[in-house]
Formats: sequence, structure tokens, C-alpha cells
Amino acid sequence: MMVTLHVNGVANKLTLAPWTTLLDTLRIHLGLTGTKKGCDHGQCGACTVLVDGRRINSCLTLAVMKDGAQITTIEGLAKDGALHPIQRAFIDHDAFQCGYCTPGQICSAVGLIAEGRAHTADEVRELMSGNICRCGAYPNILAAIEQVISQKSAAPPRDGGP
Amino acid sequence: MANMSTSYLGKPTSRVDGRAKVTGAAKYAAEHNVSGLAYGFVVTSAIAKGRILRIHTTDALSVPGMLDVFTHDHRPKLAASAEKYGDEVAPPGSPFRPLYDDRIRFSGQPVALVVAEELETARFAASLIRVDYEQQQHVTDFEAHHGRARVVSENGESQSHKRGNAAKAFSQAPVRIEVEYRIPVEHHNPMEMFGATAVWEDDDRITVYNKTQGPQNCRNYVANVFGMAQDAVRILSPYVGGGFGSGLRPQYELPLAVLAARALRRSVQVALTRQQMFTIGYRAANIQSLALAAERDGKLASFRHQWVGMTSQFENFQRNYVTWSSLLYKCDNVELVQKLVKLDQNTPCDMRAPGGAEGLFAIECATDELAYAAGLDPLTLRLSNYSDKDQIEDKPYSSKELRECYRQGAEKFGWSKRNPQPRSMKDGNELVGWGMATGIWEAMQMKASAKAVLTANGSVEISSATADIGPGTYTMMTQLAADMLGVPIEHVTAKLGDSALPDAPVEGGSFTTSSVGCAIQAACREVQKELLRLAQRIPRSPLAGAKLEDVTLAEDGIRHKSKNVEVSLADAMRAGNIDRIEKEASAEPNEKSKYSHYTHSAVFAEIKVDEQIGVVRVTRIVNAVAAGRILNPKLAASQILGAVVGGIGMALHEETLTDNRFGRFMTHNLADYHVPVNADVHAIDVIFVNEKDDEINPLGVKGVGEIGIVGTAAAIANAVYHATGKRVRDLPITIDKLLRP
Repeated sequence: MMVTLHVNGVANKLTLAPWTTLLDTLRIHLGLTGTKKGCDHGQCGACTVLVDGRRINSCLTLAVMKDGAQITTIEGLAKDGALHPIQRAFIDHDAFQCGYCTPGQICSAVGLIAEGRAHTADEVRELMSGNICRCGAYPNILAAIEQVISQKSAAPPRDGGP
Repeated sequence: MANMSTSYLGKPTSRVDGRAKVTGAAKYAAEHNVSGLAYGFVVTSAIAKGRILRIHTTDALSVPGMLDVFTHDHRPKLAASAEKYGDEVAPPGSPFRPLYDDRIRFSGQPVALVVAEELETARFAASLIRVDYEQQQHVTDFEAHHGRARVVSENGESQSHKRGNAAKAFSQAPVRIEVEYRIPVEHHNPMEMFGATAVWEDDDRITVYNKTQGPQNCRNYVANVFGMAQDAVRILSPYVGGGFGSGLRPQYELPLAVLAARALRRSVQVALTRQQMFTIGYRAANIQSLALAAERDGKLASFRHQWVGMTSQFENFQRNYVTWSSLLYKCDNVELVQKLVKLDQNTPCDMRAPGGAEGLFAIECATDELAYAAGLDPLTLRLSNYSDKDQIEDKPYSSKELRECYRQGAEKFGWSKRNPQPRSMKDGNELVGWGMATGIWEAMQMKASAKAVLTANGSVEISSATADIGPGTYTMMTQLAADMLGVPIEHVTAKLGDSALPDAPVEGGSFTTSSVGCAIQAACREVQKELLRLAQRIPRSPLAGAKLEDVTLAEDGIRHKSKNVEVSLADAMRAGNIDRIEKEASAEPNEKSKYSHYTHSAVFAEIKVDEQIGVVRVTRIVNAVAAGRILNPKLAASQILGAVVGGIGMALHEETLTDNRFGRFMTHNLADYHVPVNADVHAIDVIFVNEKDDEINPLGVKGVGEIGIVGTAAAIANAVYHATGKRVRDLPITIDKLLRP
């Protein structure tokens, strides 16, 4: 089947078997391996990407379902070499160890902040609980996200970007 | 230069590989989309014991895009002798040989590799494979068969130990407890599944991107199994998505990918599914029986500890589970024994502080029970039995700041405000429990090598065939080299995860910084010496007559410490007519040390539980650690945080259940195998207690990977007792166990 996926601002016309997941499409067909496969069953969150600004599990999504959609992966968050504030905060707070869940955590955090639902530490913890980190970096992930949320509420909203 | 400057050491430093990891640029084993890549999908055994009669592959092979199906009777030649499948961390026995013969040794054993042009094709075709088996009666029920366990001595060593008369002392002491603890099978479940991308070059050589904690261990394995020269095999693992011990030994995706690549003469990628991650090694289920006795003042009179665990039919996996108490507590009458029962399962493997995590759970819960039986504060009882000597080896410790861990941990936690009475502390509807435990881990060092290259323009490359599975090895190597060679860390490139680099052991056991770090120190010292030698060759050298300890390296050159003179890097190298200095060196442990080397910790836990719901929340942990010199407090703290989270999982969540009718693990996905998520983790305070150890190794480091999990589950279980008055002695402490009357 023919599908057009707009990934990180680039339109990709692809011919795919209809059962190809969005995750495998990104990783294999587009070579965007920043999005990780941790379970392939929607149980770990490693494959989280942003589709039209919302965070989803790309392993539970067939690519053909997202024909024409705007998809942002971890590779699309930094602009002109400048890290997204969440990426910067993850480094500053050492919010990862092995790094394998990290792209999913970061995309999930970007989606979470855009949702505007997390106002307390407990809310951030709860709403980030779809992303497993087996290295156990949760306290640092929380600190990184809280820092960006507090910066955002202190500063005027930024234009563009998810 | 004899005294290292500390411009980078001991300072919180961010991960040097951080940018690669937060931008998705870091590529893991199954992410190398080399040209002409084919995809393999593994088919695993549906029975636990028996023989394969026939594997039906016709339907699978008829799928368009299929390349081949490899099985034990359709595969290239593999080594026959089981010892060729051994590896540097293999337990005694006869290692499993993937796709070697028709015998089924455990459920989930690989029986076929389906290879196709595309991943979806391979996965679909794999579903069409049918296997006829001759099934034999399997034995997988540990609970039913643990009575058959026996002491297994390997190389003349069992982990058993005896001194005094424990039985007699027990019968005569006024305070006694006899208790039994259980830990279930647990699986590591690193976030990255095992994967291998075998890049085919020609019949005589192979390069494989592999998920492993030891690239050279995997290189030797492939060379042995396929009858290749060691230098014809190259294993690359620059980024590893977690291991926790599961990647110490080669896993079966590695030989399967190599096998298919050699047969098809093209590159092949094989990645396991999350379900298949439950067919590799695991933490063995175990039952630990303890009988402790004390005088009325809490002084230990007798300590007996028996560990019974499971292993496979073909290898005897055991670690040291029972001797830890003799390192922590003074006692003259001790009996420690370990036993194993063989089951039709795969061999267990090291998982997060293997031996210590299990042993200290039981030892530290039993110590808590003894304190209650004696009517003493659990911390007071520990302090009154504090041992300054390793009573197994009869040696003093090179350093042991455990008392300070207890003191600082208790103070930070507020232990003195604890009401010892169970069920006495409340927060609204919730019962509050405070518990504590001790942690201990052996501070090891292995032989390792490293290479340091310093160029005339002041850039440094440091390399060793170690791994970075998450602790921050890249960063440690970078900090050390920058410090020794006087350059900013931005000018240092660290290379690891490549079997062609200087020799290094597997990354595990918390011994990477001590082993590889000391090798880096040695290599950098050789560079320093060479640079001084060259600087002194300059006519009328301002450094003439200076010794190594008189000079220091800085970005601009080599400088005399007391005189205001220096020679630039460029001038020194010009004197030798070179533009780079390249030195390789090794470091190894002092085998003749008169001391025992251990890392210690004191863990304090607060839990809250609403009795009507039974959900335990770990609301606060304070972990005070004495681990010698801490090179990077930022990353070391992350190690402890992460290991504490692992301890929370061990205490409350993690359990792989076996369906004994089929002889297989039925918990085999991340929905059923529970691990802590963000909502399960609250405040964790890490304290590094100052501990100076000049004896242990030239860096004075002990390592921090494992110590954070040791004792954590016990502290939580003890807190659960304090909150509820219920002793749950079988992990994990789940709702049903707390709600049962």
C-alpha cells in the first residue's frame, strides 16, 4: 500500500505491507532507529513518538493508519543542532543510564507537557508510568520534566515545535 | 605526577554519551541496517524435555521473500564439543549448544531460525513452522522438588562454611528464631532485547554488532563455535540497552545470526522478542532457611543459614549466597550451606548483585526478626554484633565505613524518631512502616588493559574492550584520561564495546571502574613518562633532571611543579620526531593482599499501606553507601538510585511464574512481569560516606553498580512488618499476601 508519512517535517512516500507497524516503518524503512522496540506489545513505551502532537505507542499503530499524519520522532526534536529543553534537562539531571528507553521517555515527556495535565510531582509520575525505565532513572526523569514544566510556566510560550 | 590532580575526579560530570542518547543517534545492536540485510526470527521449543522428531518447514519456505529455515538438521557445521560453547563466565557444566541436536533441554529453547528478506516475512513464516516432538516427563516444579537439593562442590569448593558448634549454641541461647524465606524466579528484562547484526564479509571473517556486556567474551565464543581464528571475529557493542547480568554470557541470538550469515553469505540480523527474553537466564528461585540465636543483650550466639536454589540439568549455577553474615556479624558458632536442585529449565544467570541481593534479603530480614525477638532496636542489634574482621578468610578489611553508613543513614532518615512497636505509626488511613537493612558487596578487580593516545595538538583517545551498559563507562574513561593527561574532557574520545580494543573483562560485578580504570591510569602514566623523556631530549631542556613526580601535565604542555618552566606538547613531540604518543598498559589485582575488600551500605525504608487495599508504596528510601573513592558523584548516585529501584521491584513486583504442566515460564511479557514504573518510585536519598582506601587499588575505588540493590528488599520487607505486624517471607510482597488473614 502507498502511504505518505510526514516524519520530522519531511514527507516520505512509502510502499508498505499493510501489517507493517509504524515502529518498524520508522526503524527499518526510514532508518530512524532512535525510536526503540522494547516489547512490540504496547507494554513498555520505548516506541513512543508524537503523532499530530500526541504521544502514542508506535508499535501498536500500523503505518497505514497514519497516512498523511505529522510524526515527530526523537531525531526531530533538536532544531539546528540545539537540543530541545527536555533533551537538555535529561542530560543535566542524568535521567537515563543505558539510554534505550530514553527516546520514548523524552517523546512522552514532550507529549505530557503539551497535554498540560501534569501540575504536581505525583501527576508527572502517574502520567509518565507508561514508559518503563529498567535502569531505574525515574527520580531523575521526574526532576528533568519538573524543571522544564517550571521553566515553561515562568517563561512565555515558545512558538512552534511540539 | 605521582599524585594525581583531581581536576575531574570526584566532580559531578554529565555523561559524555548523553547527547547521542537523547537525540536517538546512539545505535544499538539491532539498529545497524547494513546493505543487503536479511532478518532472522527464532522459533522456540513448546515442550520442556524430549526430542525433536521432525520440523515441518515447507509452508514457511513457500512464503514469498523467504530465504531459509535453519534447524539442527539443516545448518552449517558447528563445534561438537560442549566445551567450545563455554565462555569466560560460564558456570561449571556442559553449556547449551543452540541448534546443535534434536534434544530439548528446556521450554523456550531455540529450535529453528527463519530467515527472510523482510522482518514481517520472517515473523509470519515462523508462525507456520510445526515441530513434532517425542515428549518426556519434565521436572520444573522447584517447590515440589527442592527437597532433592544437594551440596555441589566445584573445583573442590562449595560455598559451605562451618565454625564452632552452631546447633549446640542455638539450643542453649535464650533468644531464638527459625525462619524460611523465598525468592521467586526473576528476569532481568533490560529494555533492549538481545540482538545481533552479523555483517558478512567473506567466509573467513565476521563482524557482529551484538548486545553484550563483554565483546571479547562473545568474540571468543563465536571463534570457538565456528572454528574461526579469534582475530577473524569482531564484536561491536558501543551501546548496550541494559544488561543487569543477562548479557554477561553470549545469548543464542549471536550464534544464530552468525550461522545464518555464513550459510547465506549475506548479513543477517536476529533480535529476540520480549517473550523470548524469558527463555534466557534468570535469577534462580530459592528457599533460604535461617536459625539465629542470641543472648538477651542481642549478642549473636549461633547463625545457621541454608540456601537451596535451582539450576539446569546441564550446568551448576551458584554464587555466594550464605557467607555474607560472617562478614557483617561477629559470631563463633556458624553453619552455612548451599544446595542445588537440577530442573528441566535453562541455566540461571547473574542478575543484579547475584548472591548478595538474595542472601542479604534473608539475612537482613532474619536479623530484624531476631531484634524483635530480643526486644532490641534492629540497628542497635546490628551495631552490637559489628565485625571488624572477615571471619571466613580471617582477614581485616582494607576499609569498612559501615558504622558511618549506619550513622549518617539513620540521621538523614530520622530513625531515632521511630516507634519500634509494629502498627504504631500512621498517616491518615495508612499504616506507616520504617525498616532498615545492611548491604554488602565484594569490591573486585580483574585484569584489564587500556590504550592511551596523546597527539601533539592535545587531543586524547582512550580505549579498552569493555562495555557501557549504562553505568557511565565512557564518562569514567574520559574523566580519568583528561585528569591524568591534563586536557579538558572535551578533547578526550573514549572507545569501548569493540573486541579489537585492548583486553578487558566483561562489564559486571561492579568491577569495571577498578579494573579498566586502573588500566587507564597505568596507560596514561606511560604516556606521561614518554612525554617527560622526550621533553628532556630538547637541548638545554628546562625539565632536565626532573622526575615524573616533579612535573604535571596541562593543556599546553608539561610543566615543572615548583619551578616556573614548561615544555609544550608540540616541542616535546618534535624532539622525538613524532606527532603522537601511544601507550598500552595493563593493571591487575594484588592477589597477595592481606585484606578483604568489600563495599557496604545501610538502607532505610519507609512504606505506607492502606490495610483495606493492601497496596504497599515505598515513600522514602535513604541509602548510605561506603564504596571507597567516588570518581563521579552524579553518575554514581544514579547507579544507586537505579539499583534501589531494582530493589523495590524485587520486594514488591517481580516474579516469573512457572506453569509446571507445560514446564514453562508463563509470565513472559511486561504486562504480567511487573517492574517498577515512575509512579512506584518516590524519594530516594543517596549518601556516599567518605571512605579512603589506599590499599585496594591505585585509584582507591570499590565500584557502585551492585551495592544499591543489596539490602533494599530486606529494608522494605522489614518496613512492611513494622507497618502491619505481618511478616511476609516470600517475595514479592503482593496485595494477596498482605490481605490474607
